[in-house]
Amino acid sequence: MPYIDPHTHMISRTTDDYEAMAAAGIVAVIEPAFWIGQARTNVGSYRDYLSHILGFERFRASQFGIQHYCCIGLNSKEANNEALAEDVMQILPEFASKEGVVAIGEIGFDEQTALEEKYFRLQLDLAREMDLPVMIHTPHRDKKRGASRSMDIIMEHRLAPQRVVIDHVNEETVREVKERGFWAAFSIYPHSKMTAPRMCEIVRQYGAGQLIVDSACDWGISDPLSVPKTAMLLAEQSISDNDVHRVTYANALTAYGQSGQMREADWATAAIDQRARYDGNTVLRGGQDPRVEADN
Amino acid sequence: MSTTTDVTQRITLLRDWLAHRLAAEQLAWIDEQCTRIATSPAGSALPVAIGLASRRTGKQPLMLSDEERAAAEAARPGLDTSAWSVEQVARILFVLASYAGAEDSFAARLGARVRSGEIGEQVALYHGLPLYPQAVSVLATAAEGIRSAVQPIYEAVAHRSPYPSEQFSEAMWNQMVVKALFIGSTLAPIQKLDERRNADLARMLVDYAHERWAAGRTVSAELWRCVGPFGDRYMDDLLRVFESPSNVERQSAALALSECPDPDALVVLESDPALWRNIRNGRLDWHTLKQA
Ligand SMILES: [Zn+2]
Repeated sequence: MPYIDPHTHMISRTTDDYEAMAAAGIVAVIEPAFWIGQARTNVGSYRDYLSHILGFERFRASQFGIQHYCCIGLNSKEANNEALAEDVMQILPEFASKEGVVAIGEIGFDEQTALEEKYFRLQLDLAREMDLPVMIHTPHRDKKRGASRSMDIIMEHRLAPQRVVIDHVNEETVREVKERGFWAAFSIYPHSKMTAPRMCEIVRQYGAGQLIVDSACDWGISDPLSVPKTAMLLAEQSISDNDVHRVTYANALTAYGQSGQMREADWATAAIDQRARYDGNTVLRGGQDPRVEADN
Repeated sequence: MSTTTDVTQRITLLRDWLAHRLAAEQLAWIDEQCTRIATSPAGSALPVAIGLASRRTGKQPLMLSDEERAAAEAARPGLDTSAWSVEQVARILFVLASYAGAEDSFAARLGARVRSGEIGEQVALYHGLPLYPQAVSVLATAAEGIRSAVQPIYEAVAHRSPYPSEQFSEAMWNQMVVKALFIGSTLAPIQKLDERRNADLARMLVDYAHERWAAGRTVSAELWRCVGPFGDRYMDDLLRVFESPSNVERQSAALALSECPDPDALVVLESDPALWRNIRNGRLDWHTLKQA
């Protein structure tokens, strides 16, 4: 079964991860722009980061047969550095208009400060201008209130809920997200956020209609195989194949496909295109033979 | 050399290609972007237009008619658009449009656009190298492309373009050729490959072959194309390849020997009369070798 992992920070992952993800059936990943673990001090490093996830990281993924897409945005933590935030806002339109950008994100609240709210709102306007979906990062602390507030603000800015994915949802927040018509994404972490067994319960209770599973894998303890592992567990718990397919593939494609930048044909038709070539051995080192995949 | 007149002429050339391939509203969008870019070359109009180009125009292959190709050749000798697509033409057009507004900052602006570009944008902007004014001033940006670890970007500079042979120093040229083999790319699409062969390049390539052989690996048969004229220094290597069980390798050694100044080369070639005949009558050359 093919899978999409719609929330991955591949810039912090190894080639072993890419190999394992491709072997497990992941055909496409989405890399939201986010904090990199250490605060950036100037717009130049932000610019290079955005270029990197849109450029070299996309190429690296393609060499393992994985299609790589991005979300562009200023994350909530760094929105608190006003000087940086102002400069980053200036360059976002340029990056948001690039190929392979499927949403503005991940944006939203961290500590729920006034500056976070200011740049959250400005980026919602940018999403409307650029006609892009939005990926919302819900805060880890005071999550319930932060999630509600995020959805209130999105509605104030007249964005259609079916064009917005609320991420890092849990048992506490899923009902409101679903009832208000948003996509609800669950980051399946080995220890925190959401776990696969809890996910099974949620799919049973709420149905697969608006739910999306992702790994949110980054530089912390996280598992880039969360999506296929969760799919297997769901199937073992007798969730129907169709529902498993929806939460681990189809819903993410529908939500982010609204950007016009992500189509099944991207990975289904051509095993090799100009960008996704296997014959270039640029991620290989001397002595390794490039892996060659047969055409679909 | 290139002047504002050239740029205007090239803008017209590219716009004509788009006019024959896009719907009226798409073309209107292109024109609107060009006006905005020319009015404010340092503003956000240029990066955003470059980004949106593929969404607005689609990415279909350009495929010039014979007539258009002739006009292109007249305007810019050596220009080869066979690997271009429509959105790439739009992106190059936008960069050229920014020249009208601010000539002296053109090279810096191009460099910034390339560095912030995703792969598709970089490929497009590098395809435009032969069309940019002040060819020397964009040399540093071209060199960055040759250093890229991303094969399509490397090839956008090196392949099917008159720019490298016109502008690259011998050192840059040699790096480019060796790198092609290193990243698994090919030499045949490099323009003026034969004209710019040199002794230093031949030595680098033979060293590279020795390194690969020592590791129990093979080298591309194309490598010997740049060694032939200096083959008198590398007769042992050419003989080794000539004796290879691989037909393509044997043929590549024969082609190299046919250009080799050492009189013994002829003796070797005459040991395989059928092969030697194919080379003399032009049935086998570096372009047909691949299919052999
Ligand atoms: Zn994240």
